Amino acid sequence: MTTWPILSVVTFLPVVGALLVYLSRGDDEAARRNSRWIALWTTLITFAVSLILVMRFDPTQPDFQFVEKASWLASGITYHMGVDGISLPFVILTTAVMPFCILASWKSITLRVREYMMAFLILETLMIGTFSALDLVLFYLFFEGGLIPMFLIIGVWGGPRRVYASFKFFLYTLLGSVLMLLAIMALYWNAGTTDIPALMHTAVPRSLQTWAWLAFFASFAVKMPMWPVHTWLPDAHVEAPTAGSVILASILLKMGGYGFLRFSLPMFPLASHDFAPLVFSLSVIAIIYTSLVALMQEDIKKLIAYSSVAHMGFVTMGIFAGTTQGVAGGVFQMVSHGIVAGALFLCVGVVYDRLHTREISAYGGLVNRIRLRRRVHDLDRHLQGLGPDRRPRFHGPDPVGILCAVALSQGHLRHTDKTVAGQYQGSYLPRGPDPGAAGGSHHPVRVLPEAGARYVGLFGAAARQQLQHRHCREGSRASEIIDISVRTTRHEL
Amino acid sequence: MSFESAGYQLLPVLPELVLAVGAMMLLMLGAYRGAQTTGLVTGLAICLLVVTGVLELSLPAGKVSTFGGSFIVDDFARFLKILALIGSVATLVLSAEYLADQSRRIFEYAILVLLSTVGMMVLISAGDLIMLYLGLELMSLALYVVAASNRDNAKSTEAGLKYFVLGALSSGMLLYGASLIYGFTGTVSFVGIAAAVKTGSIGIVFGLVFLLAGLCFKISAVPFHMWTPDVYEGAPTPVTAFFASAPKVAALAVFTRVALTAFPGIVSQWQQIVVFVAIASMVLGSFAAIGQKNIKRLMAYSSIGHMGFALVGLAAGTAEGAQGVLVYISIYVAMTLGSFAVIITMKRNGQHFENISDFAGLSRTNPLLAFFFAMLLFSLAGVPPLAGFFAKWYVFVAAIKAGLFTLAVVGVLASVVGAYYYLSIIKVMYFDEPLAKLDPMRFELRTVLAIAGLFNIFFFVYPGPLVSAATVAAKSLF
Repeated sequence: MTTWPILSVVTFLPVVGALLVYLSRGDDEAARRNSRWIALWTTLITFAVSLILVMRFDPTQPDFQFVEKASWLASGITYHMGVDGISLPFVILTTAVMPFCILASWKSITLRVREYMMAFLILETLMIGTFSALDLVLFYLFFEGGLIPMFLIIGVWGGPRRVYASFKFFLYTLLGSVLMLLAIMALYWNAGTTDIPALMHTAVPRSLQTWAWLAFFASFAVKMPMWPVHTWLPDAHVEAPTAGSVILASILLKMGGYGFLRFSLPMFPLASHDFAPLVFSLSVIAIIYTSLVALMQEDIKKLIAYSSVAHMGFVTMGIFAGTTQGVAGGVFQMVSHGIVAGALFLCVGVVYDRLHTREISAYGGLVNRIRLRRRVHDLDRHLQGLGPDRRPRFHGPDPVGILCAVALSQGHLRHTDKTVAGQYQGSYLPRGPDPGAAGGSHHPVRVLPEAGARYVGLFGAAARQQLQHRHCREGSRASEIIDISVRTTRHEL
Repeated sequence: MSFESAGYQLLPVLPELVLAVGAMMLLMLGAYRGAQTTGLVTGLAICLLVVTGVLELSLPAGKVSTFGGSFIVDDFARFLKILALIGSVATLVLSAEYLADQSRRIFEYAILVLLSTVGMMVLISAGDLIMLYLGLELMSLALYVVAASNRDNAKSTEAGLKYFVLGALSSGMLLYGASLIYGFTGTVSFVGIAAAVKTGSIGIVFGLVFLLAGLCFKISAVPFHMWTPDVYEGAPTPVTAFFASAPKVAALAVFTRVALTAFPGIVSQWQQIVVFVAIASMVLGSFAAIGQKNIKRLMAYSSIGHMGFALVGLAAGTAEGAQGVLVYISIYVAMTLGSFAVIITMKRNGQHFENISDFAGLSRTNPLLAFFFAMLLFSLAGVPPLAGFFAKWYVFVAAIKAGLFTLAVVGVLASVVGAYYYLSIIKVMYFDEPLAKLDPMRFELRTVLAIAGLFNIFFFVYPGPLVSAATVAAKSLF
């Protein structure tokens, strides 16, 4: 269909941009300006090229598209790239979020701008590569490689406890990932290849499935992050610069869920089935516990971080429910969380740049103070968007779902009340009124049926339909694969 | 020329002969013309090493041996000899500044490096225990002297003496083991031993343990690693770079050759030794490095850990494992030489420093240098997509295929611990407030760093040549 390697172009364009940023010369001020503009244009062009992917993507085809294959490491380990309905939304999400990250750093980053932009551009390549790699080793390369720029972004441009946060982020993730690396090696040993499409059709012995599933789980659970290995996330979020938080929330967290969908379910269907209760338990704990923790946060970034953990709990539940709706819901939730949480961090960045605090109590009456009120309303609506409207896509025991949703929405609403309450009290900054004082003057619980459609709006209505269609189809395909592979594997064992 | 003497083919040893004779001629030159020839001798020594490498590559392909099979040139030997020669060339290049110092115009330095390299080449080609011992001693004796080459420095002489005493002890153990093996098999040639050893009688195993202990000392594997931090710290930095690269190649080569060609019948016997040594080295290398303040001591522990990782491949006892060892050691040499190029550059106002805290803010005062060093450190930690990841990939794949799961799990966990101290250096360079700017980097250091750094970063783009060469080399052992 395509004559030029469009996927590789999308993947490696940002690196070219990073090279240009490095080569840009001039005195301090000019260098800063140039690197900002180069980075912005690179991300925009990458986004534009990635839209070609959307346009040329054939949603009726269940196979991987834009496939590129070239010999690389060994006969079974090749440079194999391609996207399908699961990975394409993430690729687009990445390319779409990046320009915002560059813009968000336009004025807030004044120190070492060149290095900053280069780190972001390289990170973009690694993220796109993670989602489009069709070889396990290649995937691991991109997946782990992302640690390096992110470590530097948090550590160099982060807040006061940046060293602690960056080390925690790096070592936690690395610890999980090296176990996955061993599992990748075991799969290579078992099948003689690390080609993902080939492995999806390879029967894995049951004992190996169990161990490999656990090893992959170690990596993705940390990346996701799931309770109880989530503690790196609040630290990383709080200390990272705004754009770093956006990337973390929007894309890096999605790698875990993507990994479950791409590897754990189709490659280890028996183990996925066996371990589903474990995943459900951890997810439920994550949803309830971290939502409760979110309730207690004074720091807005921490609040969003904990709520992200809770949301990812819904994602893992949906994925491991193993049904079409569950998987589709998981993907949908991930993409929409990518947009919503990313936007939320951008809002926090906007507020932080003006108030220089992330204390929620200091945000009272914000709505009066920021002239672009729409921003706050956006914040408000986003906060709700995180809440109960996710429930229809939630696939699990219903009472728990209600409980979770309630806890979750409480966490957000308490603070939503606070920001909006100021409007009614004519309050002043930075000290806000007691949230209880707002009483019932404002009732923000509204179901937003169009929530999540927000991101689809980026691509236009046509793309939206296509995407939704694709989600459903992908979901059904994934569950078909699981059904088939469970059957075949059982038969063979 | 017929390349024959007393009925023996001399062609396979031609590179060694050229190197040895050339070294002696340079010695004459230096002895007659005095200390002012230091630069000339060093330059000629580099040329000599290059010529040796070219000769080595132009030897007839396939396996050739001479001296009744005690000197073997096969693909395995060729691969590692080239690597050892690269290590030696890089060492001499890195030493240029050290030798330029007026107070230390020692032309013998280059000659000792050359003689040590001859020893390494003999060691790599050794086909029996006698040749092994000859090569090992030739290599080590030159190293002891080089370690103490900074005569006026107490630490340097201490390092030389310490290395010598402990090295002599290990040679004694190795000889004792060799004599036991000879006593129980009646032969010293690896092929003969392999034919005689079908089951591990207690005498053979005893001898094997002593032999391997001697070799473990040379590659500084736990529990024979004690000398490493002190010698690394005390020796002049270019010498430390040498210790960390070429001799490790040679010792690891002979370790692999002995284990795989002399004792293939009792794999299970030596495998448990290698597994233990590998685990101990990886774990100790990772944990002990955390507390280090001195970058050279840290590199010492790092090299202990890396030898553990390389042994993981050997523990598999397969051709794939040997390939892993070869890939590992090649990439390790590149990473180490690059890192030492940076460490040698660490100089402010003509004053060298070795403390990690002195690296503070390097990313702002010397961005490119800091970037390359950071990439080398990430690579040493085994983070993809850098070369160090592929090194670990090959050895761990071999271990997994051989069913050594515990070893693999311990190994990767140790690598996470190891990542911590590499990150700590990067943290100092990138996150801390900058100190004064470094003195400008010398041209030759820049060259070494650029080659090593670019190899390290872009290895993943085209890994084919090295990997296939290692595959061919590993196959020649089986």
